[in-house]
Amino acid sequence: MVSPNLSRFLIVVPLLFSLFIIHPVHANEVVVYSARIEQLIKPMFDAFTQETGIKVKYTTDNEGALLARLEAEGKNTPADMLITADVGNLWAAAQKGLLKPVKSEALEGNIPAYLRDPDNAWFGLSIRARTLVYNTKKVKPEELSTYENLADPKWKKRLCLRTSKKVYNQSLVAMMIAEHGVAETEKIVKGWVANLATDPLSDDTRALEFVAAGKCDVTLVNTYYFGRLMKQDPNLPLAIFWPNQDSSGVHVNISGAGVTRYARNEQAAIKLLEFLSSAKAQNLFADVNMEYPVNPKIAADPFVATWGDFKQNSMNLVKAGELQTTAVKLMDRAGYR
Amino acid sequence: MISWRWIPFVAAALVLAPVGVIFSSVLAPASEIWQHLVETTLISLLLNTFWLVLGVIVGTALLGISLAWFTAVYEFPGRRFFSWALLLPMAIPAYVTAFVVLGLFDFTGPIQTTLRAWLDSDLSWFPDIRGRMGVIIVMTLAFYPYVYLLARNAFLSQGKRSLEVAQSLGFSRKQGFFKVVLPMARPWIAGGIMLVSMETLADFGTVAVFNYNTFTTAIYKAWFSMFSLHAASQLASLLIIIVFIVIVLEQQFRSRMRYAEAKRSARVQRIQLAGWHNWVVTGFVISVLFFAFFLPVAQLCYWALQSFVQDYDVGRYLEFLWHSLTLSGLAALLICLVVIAMVYALRRYPDSATRYAVRTATIGYALPGTVLAIGVYVPLVWLDGQLSELALHWFQIETGPLIQGTLAIMLIAYLIRFMAVSHYPIDSAMQRVTHSVDEAAMSLGVHGWAMIRTVHIPILKPGIFTAATLVFVDVMKEMPITLMTRPFGWDTLAVRIYEMTSEGQWEQAALPAVTLILAGLIPIYLFMRQTEI
Repeated sequence: MVSPNLSRFLIVVPLLFSLFIIHPVHANEVVVYSARIEQLIKPMFDAFTQETGIKVKYTTDNEGALLARLEAEGKNTPADMLITADVGNLWAAAQKGLLKPVKSEALEGNIPAYLRDPDNAWFGLSIRARTLVYNTKKVKPEELSTYENLADPKWKKRLCLRTSKKVYNQSLVAMMIAEHGVAETEKIVKGWVANLATDPLSDDTRALEFVAAGKCDVTLVNTYYFGRLMKQDPNLPLAIFWPNQDSSGVHVNISGAGVTRYARNEQAAIKLLEFLSSAKAQNLFADVNMEYPVNPKIAADPFVATWGDFKQNSMNLVKAGELQTTAVKLMDRAGYR
Repeated sequence: MISWRWIPFVAAALVLAPVGVIFSSVLAPASEIWQHLVETTLISLLLNTFWLVLGVIVGTALLGISLAWFTAVYEFPGRRFFSWALLLPMAIPAYVTAFVVLGLFDFTGPIQTTLRAWLDSDLSWFPDIRGRMGVIIVMTLAFYPYVYLLARNAFLSQGKRSLEVAQSLGFSRKQGFFKVVLPMARPWIAGGIMLVSMETLADFGTVAVFNYNTFTTAIYKAWFSMFSLHAASQLASLLIIIVFIVIVLEQQFRSRMRYAEAKRSARVQRIQLAGWHNWVVTGFVISVLFFAFFLPVAQLCYWALQSFVQDYDVGRYLEFLWHSLTLSGLAALLICLVVIAMVYALRRYPDSATRYAVRTATIGYALPGTVLAIGVYVPLVWLDGQLSELALHWFQIETGPLIQGTLAIMLIAYLIRFMAVSHYPIDSAMQRVTHSVDEAAMSLGVHGWAMIRTVHIPILKPGIFTAATLVFVDVMKEMPITLMTRPFGWDTLAVRIYEMTSEGQWEQAALPAVTLILAGLIPIYLFMRQTEI
């Protein structure tokens, strides 16, 4: 016996569901999965649409979820392009075969070789420099020199760090491993941990606030966090220091992108990628978030330019991906939480 | 004939699919990363998780039960207002409370800064708010409403009368509470505590703000930082096993009891608190509300006003709001219907297979959000691919993906995650629909659907409303599933909060957070209207 109400329910619910089934597939449209948040990517998409008439449809999520999603969707994925906010996840996407190599002279011309995949699966679009910031009341810039030097006992109880769970720190340590090897790097990271003034913090802004408030004297952050905080309160006793200028150079990460393996609209996706590396979009990258453009012909935002020029670490970033797991394990062993 | 019988099994299968995805990679040989975890962090993770869950259970039980008891049985100044206001913290996502509390009480916050200036000291004695105690306090403040709501349900319907009976037998009020009332309310309280512990185990946002390492953070790290799905699955499996053990224990503990409480008395005569008791109780309630709700909301409003000018776009916010409300409403409806069906099935066929199927259907709540989201997404998308292949093969129709990118996939994922939330209140309410109630109804010639409508629904109503409110608010706060499965353009308030917080712009997240909290007040208000306080 099925009561009338129940059977009505059994009919209505699937109907309701089917209402939502809509599959518009537009030819003149690029679909993007972005780990870069809406505010930091929409201006570039809008400019692209204005210039080419090609629409950009996007969804945002964190990197891990987007990668898992692309993998699960396989050839049914609607995505033509993947954008991330760091290199490690681009490398992982390429490893899993989720990205398709792109041969493009425009991209090769606009983006220096160390900021793109040697196999052309991914391309850096903006540079995120991870540098030292110190309290100007407590530290003289002459005391600072390198990332490695922060392990020196003279920094005991003077260092603040963001958690090792953040990929920016993982990339940094991975690049150090590429340069110094595991044993040497582990010694350095252990030194950092021994110098901590307080438990690792959850984000870069926190770390900067702790330095400004005097809990510690120096920290390691991406420059745009420093920029944002200084714009809010220019009187904070904080300043940037560019480390490793006589050696490897400042560690940089990238926000970057690749075309997906099963892109339906590959040509439009490549066009978008090329556009994102072009002067117009590169200027937007510099403006919206105070990051550095990858395209060396484009100047940084005027406020960012006041922090001065610096030498970047020009080892290919693919190492940051390859050695990320090793770096995470190393930080676990070193007790860096 | 469609049998109710199979609904719990279907629901359990739905939940087991993602669990299966997780377990499937465990069968592979132990990975080198697992070895690394065992050597380095595993023990401390286990301990961290254990103390956190225990602390939050104790905290929410103390707060939830005492507040429920005071508001259900006593009369004191502001009682009417407080009894619903105490639900308000439910509308605030725990990670938001976490961020606000840290912002206020940590080294750089206004409190310590002011104290340092006044006392001219470095405040080395100030407790480390980022330690374990801090996380426990924040989670207790955020999660106590689960226990409060369920315990109150129990106390309202039977507390006062049980107490009277106890007193007539010569017990003091205190003895009566501990010896009679509390034991009778056990299934409700246990349900609330189960929800709290599952939510604590699954939490990622709050522990991330505190940088407190738990099982969940380890799973995320293995998966997303070390790219080892395998190690992540091993950790997740361990988590699932722990949850199963807890469920079995709770089941054992519960099955020895039977509850026969017919209906709630029309109007409860409350015990008037007198003199200083009045003010102690009122003061206690006010301070809980202050820290759990008013303080975070005030801070958020302050930030929201600051970011208002830059971010406010009425049209977009209405859209976010509309999406949040629609999704939560649809999910609450679907989930409650499924759970009611499940609970009825269990009532008709109370064998242990059905019982375990029902309990299995609730473990989705204990899994870390992103893990579950992926676990749900993988089999659904696979199924979708198979369906469109079939359509192509047999009917030569190019359908493309059928459910991928629709709301259906979201709702199924929500169902898998939130069945527990509506299970506990509805199941507890069902305990009151005893077989003698049915017999009485049948002797009056009321059968089948009519009996459900005229006899059962009124008894179940408070439970159903509790369930719907909890699910509604929980879905609205939910992030990982919403992020992963939302169709293009279906951004919600939670998505907006994610966007802001993922770049560390907490002040900017305040506006969507305040909007989310206000929207969360709607179901709470409706709930209040429906169930007499």
